[in-house]
Amino acid sequence: MTILDCRPFLAVGVSFLAAILIAFSRRYPNVRESWSVIASFIKCGIILSMVPAVLDGNYYEWTLCQLTDTVGFTLRTDPAGMVFAVLASILWVLINFYSIGYMRCNKEKEQTGYFAAFAICMSAVMGIAMAENLLTFFLFYEMLTLASYPLVLHKRNEEALMASRKYLIYTLISGQLFLAGIVIVYCISGTMSFNAGGFLNTSMAPKWVLEVCFALLILAGSVKAAVMPLHGWLPAAMIAPTPVSALLHAVAVVKTGVFCVLRVIGFVFGPKLLAELGIVDVLAWAAAISIIVSSLIALRQDHLKRRLAFSTVGQLSYIVLGAALLTPLSIKGAYLHLVAHAVMKITLFMCAGLIIARTHRNNISELYGIGKKLPITMACFTIASLGVAGMPFLVGFVSKWNLALGALQAGKPLYVLVWVASALLAAAYLMPVCQMVYFRRDPQEHLREYGEVSYRMLIPICITTAMAIVLGVMPNIYPHFYQLATMAADAICVGWNGGWL
Amino acid sequence: MTQHTPVLIVLLPVSAALLCMLFSRIQKNLGSWIVIASIFGAFLSAVNVLQQVLAQGGQAVHYWMGNWQPPLGIEFVIDPLSGMLAVLATFISLLVSIYSRPFIKDEDWLHIGGYYTLFGLMTVGMCGMIITGDVFNLYVFLEVMSLSGYGLIALGGKKSMLAAFRYLLIGTIGASLYLLGIGYMYSMTGTLNMADMAVRAAAHLHSPLFALAVGCFIIGFGIKMALFPLHGWQPDAYTYAHPGAAGFIAGIMSKVPAYAMIRFLFYMFGVDNPVVSSALDVLGVLGVAGILIGSIMALAQFDFRRMLAYSSVAQIGYIAIGLAMGNMYGFIGAVLHIVNHAFMKCALFLVIGGIQYRFGEVNLYRLGGMNKKMAISSITVTFAALSMIGIPPTAGFFSKWYLLLGAYTGAQYFYIAVLVISSLLNAIYFFRILEQMFIQREASLTEVHKHKGKLGLPVEMVIPILITGVGIVVLGFYSVDIVTGIIKLGLPEVFLR
Amino acid sequence: MEVLNEFLRTKGIYSLVMILFFLGVYGMVLSKNYMKKLMAMNVMQVAVIYFYLCFAQKEGGMVPILDGITNNPDAYINPLPHGLMLTAIVVSLGTTGVALALLMRIKEIYGSVEEVEVLRRASK
Repeated sequence: MTILDCRPFLAVGVSFLAAILIAFSRRYPNVRESWSVIASFIKCGIILSMVPAVLDGNYYEWTLCQLTDTVGFTLRTDPAGMVFAVLASILWVLINFYSIGYMRCNKEKEQTGYFAAFAICMSAVMGIAMAENLLTFFLFYEMLTLASYPLVLHKRNEEALMASRKYLIYTLISGQLFLAGIVIVYCISGTMSFNAGGFLNTSMAPKWVLEVCFALLILAGSVKAAVMPLHGWLPAAMIAPTPVSALLHAVAVVKTGVFCVLRVIGFVFGPKLLAELGIVDVLAWAAAISIIVSSLIALRQDHLKRRLAFSTVGQLSYIVLGAALLTPLSIKGAYLHLVAHAVMKITLFMCAGLIIARTHRNNISELYGIGKKLPITMACFTIASLGVAGMPFLVGFVSKWNLALGALQAGKPLYVLVWVASALLAAAYLMPVCQMVYFRRDPQEHLREYGEVSYRMLIPICITTAMAIVLGVMPNIYPHFYQLATMAADAICVGWNGGWL
Repeated sequence: MTQHTPVLIVLLPVSAALLCMLFSRIQKNLGSWIVIASIFGAFLSAVNVLQQVLAQGGQAVHYWMGNWQPPLGIEFVIDPLSGMLAVLATFISLLVSIYSRPFIKDEDWLHIGGYYTLFGLMTVGMCGMIITGDVFNLYVFLEVMSLSGYGLIALGGKKSMLAAFRYLLIGTIGASLYLLGIGYMYSMTGTLNMADMAVRAAAHLHSPLFALAVGCFIIGFGIKMALFPLHGWQPDAYTYAHPGAAGFIAGIMSKVPAYAMIRFLFYMFGVDNPVVSSALDVLGVLGVAGILIGSIMALAQFDFRRMLAYSSVAQIGYIAIGLAMGNMYGFIGAVLHIVNHAFMKCALFLVIGGIQYRFGEVNLYRLGGMNKKMAISSITVTFAALSMIGIPPTAGFFSKWYLLLGAYTGAQYFYIAVLVISSLLNAIYFFRILEQMFIQREASLTEVHKHKGKLGLPVEMVIPILITGVGIVVLGFYSVDIVTGIIKLGLPEVFLR
Repeated sequence: MEVLNEFLRTKGIYSLVMILFFLGVYGMVLSKNYMKKLMAMNVMQVAVIYFYLCFAQKEGGMVPILDGITNNPDAYINPLPHGLMLTAIVVSLGTTGVALALLMRIKEIYGSVEEVEVLRRASK
């Protein structure tokens, strides 16, 4: 049932409003940051208040105005979008406290611009999660690109400039190709509204047109999702402040990419049509290769954030691969991994940020024995690392289990091997960090100075770690990510069992 | 009472402009205020007429000059399209006329009076071209617009003399070709009234003379609208034009001939005959070349104004390919782009005019730290730049959207590629500026006109800048109303069959 | 010979007008002196005026003044093109005036109206 309600737009608008208020209170840091915090709580409240009805199978829908003569500026909450919206809004609350701590601790400049751009990014993410049609999706997609651009540029030095240019080149080109893809979709089908199971079919256009169209649409998602070989911008963008890397490059921007892939596969083309076209295999192979190769590259990185960035590249490809396998279980696994990876990677990034803030050390080879100085942080880091490697009773395991089952369901057991290999590789590139931290003694111990403990930074880390554990043990605890993911996957795959069984 | 409003659009500014010198002699600012008031009056009458047209469901309003009935007399015809463009032209004219006051406030009465006389006459020329229903009358208004345009360009300083003179030579070729074209049409049809000519021309649509006339119109208007490769005059003219009036010149002056061309090709001749459709093919090729070469040339510029001028060549190319598609969506895209581009280009020229006013600087690599010195202007540039690139929800995206739809429905996939490439080129040269304004270290600039306040510029300049900046976003959200409420009511008959 | 005669009789004058028009354009594009360019522009405009007058011409037509002899419009030549051309002459006069004013200023600023010289000084 569709409920007409403007709450989706409120959720988008609240952080937009916050951005404006932040821009106007540049003189008063406390006021400025409280706008951000208040907005994050309100947004989280609005999103969570919509969860029960969505779980009952209802949709909230609202059209603000018409964008073109036939397409509305419409937001709708379906289970798939809710997974992403709930996730991002909860994590924004946490990251807000963390970034206040981080920015003050490091005495960063341009904080007003930082918080304002951050709030706009969150508006865009909400819009992407709840967009009802491709054009609304594209609108927020470009908004996210533009709002995250100043965040990458935050340091204002030559390196940041190059990184931000690289970021823009990748995302704008793919955005324009995406636009061309939307035009084709609209012209052949006459509609743009997402529909679970897809709204295109082979009677609308010749196969090659559909394939070109799929390539154009997927390309945009793949760039943001940093599927190799389109990943170049992501390690470069790690120049941004750590909270930005944490939220945007582990949660918002890259997740937008995979969310875009999931939307295109599940809601525009649909598994049935894609199985017929066969072009999706190319995507699956690219994702599989990128899982392995990025893990291998991660092994060689000494810069902690860069190592995490390459780990992100690999983990995101899990989701893309899950979507590309086109079975109910693999798609469910993809949605779950969207949540799992976000929770784990945000923990890792926040830990990295805290290490930087307190010790001013970026490289793994310099982190001798800080485990004793930062016991809680490093404990959280270790737990999250194990989660990335896929240990049972942590959140990463649930999603990987479903993904692996999905591969079997699709009749492609070879992909299970990819997951096993990547889990081992993940352990190989994250465990040395823990080893370095706990078991190596610092030769210059007495020379080191440590910054103060900032509880604003520490507490969010503990919370996300707790989430990683709780969601691993009870995946369907409130706000019911598991059920939402199941509903989304079932809706996409209705009447379709993967084509193998 | 309202039956006479159509003529007021032209009559008010023309009388004010002609009296301007006299009033300026009495009190040096009086003339300028009278012209501004008259443009405001013209704006109100244009809005009123547009309302009348829309209230009649898109039925055109006809006004017979001196009550001489067409086809003998001259008539003004306001259909939804020309009504909209009249509103646009008078609105931009109003903004720029207020904006440009600080530039010449300190001059003597002769300069102020002369400037506003030219400004008023240019408005008259544009409005006249838009609303007239008589082909020869259009020529007269075209020359009124051009002559006052030459004057406004020449006011820009030393280098502008040469730019104005060269524009005058090339522009006169354009106008003469147009005159030649209507000569052919007149000798075939024996009428000068547009509606009458449209009916009578139907019998001659296959004659070689008709092809010659269409060729004359394309080249003539092409020169006036700076269609590639006839744009040679334009970079210099826009660069050296009076900084106060550049927004008006760049925003509207090239759009009005584009509209006149639409009038001839789509409304009078119809695009479904072989001559016009092959003319449209030529237009498409020129448009594509203009988009690519204009964008690439824009990349190579250091002068902000010259870069904008080349970008105009590219944007005119958008309009040209929209028309060349010859289908409904392409047409809507082209017309919408006329409106959007007028706003975007006007906003950008107003801002660079403001920077020039305060710092005397136009080099785009010396704009560092502008976001602190002139916050509102920088935000306006951001909106305008995003709109030029075509990022939703700014206005520029929507015209591009309809153009893309037109390209796909017309099976002209090549245009899609061109539009995508052009957006990316736009992104390169506009992000270069945004990077300068927001990121780079502050450039050491000397203030020509000291200004301390928070706004960074006199308030008469900030308000128009703000209005155009906000207008870009508002137009984006209301583009659907423009499309369904105005453009679709006034579509050429060809698309209605 | 027949063909040539026929051509000259029907289209000869128009060909001459066209030649005049393009002579004007040629002069504007190629002459190196701004004053000469301006004069070429006037030649071009005059060509357009001739063109109108030529097609308005009618063999055996009278001056279009109603003098009570006949009301038949076929007896008179078409006055409208002449009227239009009066306007066009005024316009071209205005254009020439503006151009001359600009030229005077150019001469003042650059000290010359030779294109090469002006461009050389302008680029300094």
